[in-house]
Amino acid sequence: MTPELLIEAVVAGILLGSFYAAVSIGLSVAFGLLDVPHIAHPAFLVLGAYGAYLLGRHGLDPLLAGALLTPLFFLGGVAVYRFYHAAFERRGSDPGLRGLAFFFGVAFIVEVGLILTFGVDQRLVEAPYIGKSLVLGGMRLPLRMLVPFAVALALTVALSLYLSRTFAGRAIKAVAQDRTALSLMGADPVRVKQWAFGIATATCALAGALLIILGPVEPGLGRLYIGRTFCVAVLAGLGSLPGTLAAGLILGVAESVVLTSFGASWAPAVAFGILLVVLAVRPAGLFGR
Amino acid sequence: MRGGNRFLAAAVLAIITAVALAQVVQNEYFFFASYVVLQFVVLATAWNILGGYAGYVNFGSGAFFAVGAYTAVALIKAIDAPLILQLVAAFVLSGLLGFGVGALTLRLRGIFFSIATVAVAVICETAVVNWRFVGGSRGLAILQPAAPLWFESYTRFLFVVMALIAVLAVALARYIQISWIGRGLRAIRDDEDAAECAGVPTLKLKLAAAALSGALMGVAGAPFPLYMSFIEPTSAFSLNYAVSALAMPIIGGTSSWVGPVIGAVLLASVQQIVTVTVSSELNVLVVGVLLVGFVVAAPEGLLGLTARLARRSGLARASIRTPGDDTGQHPRVAEAPTDAGRP
Repeated sequence: MTPELLIEAVVAGILLGSFYAAVSIGLSVAFGLLDVPHIAHPAFLVLGAYGAYLLGRHGLDPLLAGALLTPLFFLGGVAVYRFYHAAFERRGSDPGLRGLAFFFGVAFIVEVGLILTFGVDQRLVEAPYIGKSLVLGGMRLPLRMLVPFAVALALTVALSLYLSRTFAGRAIKAVAQDRTALSLMGADPVRVKQWAFGIATATCALAGALLIILGPVEPGLGRLYIGRTFCVAVLAGLGSLPGTLAAGLILGVAESVVLTSFGASWAPAVAFGILLVVLAVRPAGLFGR
Repeated sequence: MRGGNRFLAAAVLAIITAVALAQVVQNEYFFFASYVVLQFVVLATAWNILGGYAGYVNFGSGAFFAVGAYTAVALIKAIDAPLILQLVAAFVLSGLLGFGVGALTLRLRGIFFSIATVAVAVICETAVVNWRFVGGSRGLAILQPAAPLWFESYTRFLFVVMALIAVLAVALARYIQISWIGRGLRAIRDDEDAAECAGVPTLKLKLAAAALSGALMGVAGAPFPLYMSFIEPTSAFSLNYAVSALAMPIIGGTSSWVGPVIGAVLLASVQQIVTVTVSSELNVLVVGVLLVGFVVAAPEGLLGLTARLARRSGLARASIRTPGDDTGQHPRVAEAPTDAGRP
């Protein structure tokens, strides 16, 4: 591989990596901080992408559509968590096997529901910035990737600031550290978790819009993103948001380099490969608590 | 031992019935559909050995199934191997893959193990897609051999073979359940650390369960290329296998070998009927909805449901106790990390 090609692959990887951080950040909150085995997260992501597609057909910009859908997704997330809590956490029985099966089933229902509504064909959106490129020092940077990069970066930074600076954000971190202590302080852990899970789901609306800006979307895409999102969330160290950004960048660059040197058909295995290695070598991740 | 004899009689009866059906029934579609039902009996039973008994949730059943199928394809293409050799090779190779997945349990528990199985599935699929010899992503057509003596068609023959495999798989699962192995696995499921302390050889048991579970799934997949006369990665690695292999035991009940059998027969039959009468997408949806419904409303599956109903209508009406209710107010110590790391 020539150095120019390598540099181009790394730059593309950084753009992609920031996007991977954005799609995984909801999982970092839901799984990393709240300990909810949220396998349906990538399915919600694809749902968000289809939401943007649906509104985009009426002439709405996909990013705007994603932003408009966030309140809806927030409410959906709150509802899902309330249901999960009532069905599993409150019973006090081990939610392990059944919680996993529950979210696996939900993800499956979302996927099949999308197939039944939209068919298995790939869907695209149109926006003024899709298809154009920015030429920078002899390198072509497609806006299709630059826009998700910028929005993803903003989303990730905003959410980490929210968690570390605001009262509600710190309450979410507190429930992750010690929910018993939180309830002794007079706060209701369930309400805090429900709020956090709502936020985690709301990010799916915006990240889903980025997903469909980046490329065509089909219902089965969620399965591929199980690997990517969990890879990022675990590599980051569960619940660490700055770690999520770093892990996203690592995955993006690794995937992009593999893609340029071995071909696109090997790319899906990269995330899972990294995930297996991290799980085997350092399950606590880069910035583990 | 009376239970053992009864089981043996039922097993023999099942095989005889399968052979007789292959001679008597005229409708070819019957075998086409029944083969699928039996295949799911094997898959569900195999999943339950690791998932139900030991509590390790495998999301990658499709990978084991496909490894079995592609082992068979490779053997057919390379040396035109007979079916029995394909089955044995699929058993061994998928068993090895299962052993590898079992080794993952060394470090990974709960959701991490489950995610790792998804990873194994995707990596296997990527490898097969890139493997030209067995057709790559475009697939490969395979000729069914001539029907063996005594059989009218090759599908009928495969139906009997699958019935035999299903009976053997169920017998194996039953043996594991009632022997010391099953007790060990249940101890692992309830509390792995406590089991280890009490002298249960947890690692050996987990490896054995994972290898056996994988091997049986591979055997379920081995006749698949001949049955379909065609193989391609998307259908061989279909998520449907992963979801069904998990949904059927959970719907039937994971605590006993009967559960997966009931779940598989019911669900796979419903699926076949829905596929024919409505659409194949809808039948997949049915599995997902039933899975979520059962996990939420009837965690012990049909077995637990019937047991509860029997108890309720039975004699001990006054002393009904519903376990596991309303303990949420007691904080669980294990849940809270103890170190107060500062952000």
